[in-house]
Amino acid sequence: MGTWTWFHKLASPPHFYRIAGKMIPWFAIPAALLIVFGIYGGLVRAPADYQQGDAFRIIYVHAPSAWLSLMCYSTMAISAAVGLIWRIKLSHALAAACAPIGASFTLLALATGSLWGKPMWGTFWTWDARLTSELILFFLYLGYMALRSAFDDLTRADRASAVLALVGIVNVPIIHFSVTWWNSLHQGSTVLARGGPKMPLSMLAPLLMCFLGFTLLFAALACVRVRGEVLIRERNATWLKELGSPQ
Amino acid sequence: MQEFLNMGGYARFVWPAYGLGLVVLCWNIWSALHLHRTALERARRRAAIGEDAGQGSR
Repeated sequence: MGTWTWFHKLASPPHFYRIAGKMIPWFAIPAALLIVFGIYGGLVRAPADYQQGDAFRIIYVHAPSAWLSLMCYSTMAISAAVGLIWRIKLSHALAAACAPIGASFTLLALATGSLWGKPMWGTFWTWDARLTSELILFFLYLGYMALRSAFDDLTRADRASAVLALVGIVNVPIIHFSVTWWNSLHQGSTVLARGGPKMPLSMLAPLLMCFLGFTLLFAALACVRVRGEVLIRERNATWLKELGSPQ
Repeated sequence: MQEFLNMGGYARFVWPAYGLGLVVLCWNIWSALHLHRTALERARRRAAIGEDAGQGSR
């Protein structure tokens, strides 16, 4: 089977709907295991940090959510671009599916960062480059969703919101490099630091498990949501009648 | 156990952070399933109406 045949088959809504459904447990089960063991390792097994004490344990929620906020936005913007250029409905469906997930994890990254900032910096919030650019990311997600809901016509909502998603992508590298480009209160990268991770394995292993677990969780959630978005976009299609009962 | 819950004096920062994580996780699962379920119900209803009207939904 050639690449294009495979691609066209995947791009057919019923086929895509079925594949996405089959993928859910393959993402969700490892995600659940990795998150449970990662959090356990982070809260119980890892030693307290020599500078930050037990407060550093917030990293196991904070850093993976912050990673997800960026990864999710990139996925959203890329699929929006594909949808815009090649007029593929499924790409728009995926972009729309990403937005609420990304927004919620951006909020979580901001809130947990704030809870970490208070004991370490003495303040819940400061207008620092990293914090401000992450807050802008949150507003980009909100703007994207608000713009979508402003249109009655789904095709127009898809196109207009795709443009916004694309413009907003400039913020992604800004967030990532903000701690290097500007003097920031926010600590620099720990895992991707030059010369290898600046953490002992007992701290690092649970963190990596959380990173992978959150990423797979995103994939599982996106699969569920994208199925819904595909159904919303399919009007009067014969295959809708052949759908089995829910679950 | 008391020592674990105390989190070296940082309990009031660490536990709310994990609590919020749990809330966001639960909301995401509920919201995704809810979106899919409502979309499925509406799609079925549309398909049924299409049949009743004799349009042969295609």
